[in-house]
Amino acid sequence: MQLIPCPWCGPREEAEFHYGGQAHVAYPEDPSALTDEEWARYVFFRDNPSGPFAERWSHNAGCRRWFNAVRDTRTHDLLAVYRVGEPMPEVTA
Amino acid sequence: MTSPPGAHLPEHPDFLWDNPEPKSSYDVVIVGGGGHGIATAYYLAKVHGITNVAVLEKGWLAGGNMARNTTIIRSNYLWDESSGIYEHSLKLWEGLEEDLGYPILFDQRGVLNLAHSLQDVRDSVRRVNANRLNGIDAEWVDPAGVKEICPIVNTSPDVRYPVLGATYQPRAGIAKHDYVAWGYARAAHAMGVDLIQNCEVTGMETSGGRITAVETSRGRIAAGKVALCAAGHSSVLAEMVGLRLPLASHPLQALVSELLEPVHPTVVMSNAVHVYVSQAHKGELVMGAGIDSYNGYGQRGSFHIIEQQMSAALELFPVFARAHLLRTWAGIVDVSPDASPIVGLTPVGGLYLNCGWGTGGFKATPGVGDCFAHTIAHDKPHPFNEPFTLERFTTGALVDEHGAAAVAH
Repeated sequence: MQLIPCPWCGPREEAEFHYGGQAHVAYPEDPSALTDEEWARYVFFRDNPSGPFAERWSHNAGCRRWFNAVRDTRTHDLLAVYRVGEPMPEVTA
Repeated sequence: MTSPPGAHLPEHPDFLWDNPEPKSSYDVVIVGGGGHGIATAYYLAKVHGITNVAVLEKGWLAGGNMARNTTIIRSNYLWDESSGIYEHSLKLWEGLEEDLGYPILFDQRGVLNLAHSLQDVRDSVRRVNANRLNGIDAEWVDPAGVKEICPIVNTSPDVRYPVLGATYQPRAGIAKHDYVAWGYARAAHAMGVDLIQNCEVTGMETSGGRITAVETSRGRIAAGKVALCAAGHSSVLAEMVGLRLPLASHPLQALVSELLEPVHPTVVMSNAVHVYVSQAHKGELVMGAGIDSYNGYGQRGSFHIIEQQMSAALELFPVFARAHLLRTWAGIVDVSPDASPIVGLTPVGGLYLNCGWGTGGFKATPGVGDCFAHTIAHDKPHPFNEPFTLERFTTGALVDEHGAAAVAH
């Protein structure tokens, strides 16, 4: 089982966490102004890279707080974790 | 008195296809040499007479999800759109051995989809009725009926998720996945299709909004049409022409036990406790888990998923307690938002898309091969894949199969 370094609690087992998909997807500023195409992009379309991916995790069985991580989807290695609101750190995969 | 397990299996076959050097140009280039890719090439040649075709595979033929799935074949999906393509596929499975002239060990042993809660029961009965209206064999069986069809299922009411009944599709079953791929590859090769292994697509060329060539690890190959059959790697390929897909690639794990005497006569699937089990012809128990929650291209998953899936299997099948796990593995599945595939045209001329099958692509191999070949040959979707456009995520005409797609797909 993979250890995930929660930015508040430190490294804990993966089973304590819940996955939240891609990070930094902002709710549209003016939802009523969106076209169907733009709504579709917001609701259904996400990055799906083979390589580093900025994503959200929640430490459900611990501090119950959300945080962001950059993980290499090829190796599943966690390259960086950072708190919500912080910019995505530079990483080298 | 009795013969050993697998005594009826044929001898290991000789080489069934060549390893040609890629030509500089083809009428159709299919990216991905898995079941869908090879089947598409087969129907292009057989039905449409298009034989100047290359199937490009970055690894070895049928070594991705075609080698990693749990071989379950069924067509008991809820909606008319899904019934169309999955039932078309099941009908092709029923004649495939003769069609290919090759044994595929297609065995219609039936599938039970268990219900563990009142809501499960209501959904299942609704699905049985929907199946029947679409001419698909389906029945609702009570716990005693489940016990009769598969005596090793624990139907006691004293478990955490008791079996309240099941849907049963008698025509469902399993096939030998490798033989299916080999049968299609052999037949496609015989009709002149080039099957090119160790050939990874690294880029695509377009001109005037039309695809013209693919760049590969074995050089540039010009193409009149390009068809993507790359499952978990579809997003990566589509990005080469700036096309964004509503897919997430996840690891999906499965496992087998050691070889056992025949104990399991059918296929049992359970949505609620996340397990599906059959016994392979050779004797292994083949079980699949739910997907790992995170995106991943690594073809491996987390151990706690296997643990969870084993505990579910043990509750349903106490007799498995003393079986030994032989190996586990993962494939990369491309999960779509509505648990239905995306098969059809793209905004790029001459580029065709077949992806989003998630955890359930194997059963569709003949059906989608036939329909996708039609789509490529006519530059127009076959009626069976017409509902499964990329545009449906904008128009809202989704085909929500989260219920009938079964486990986390």
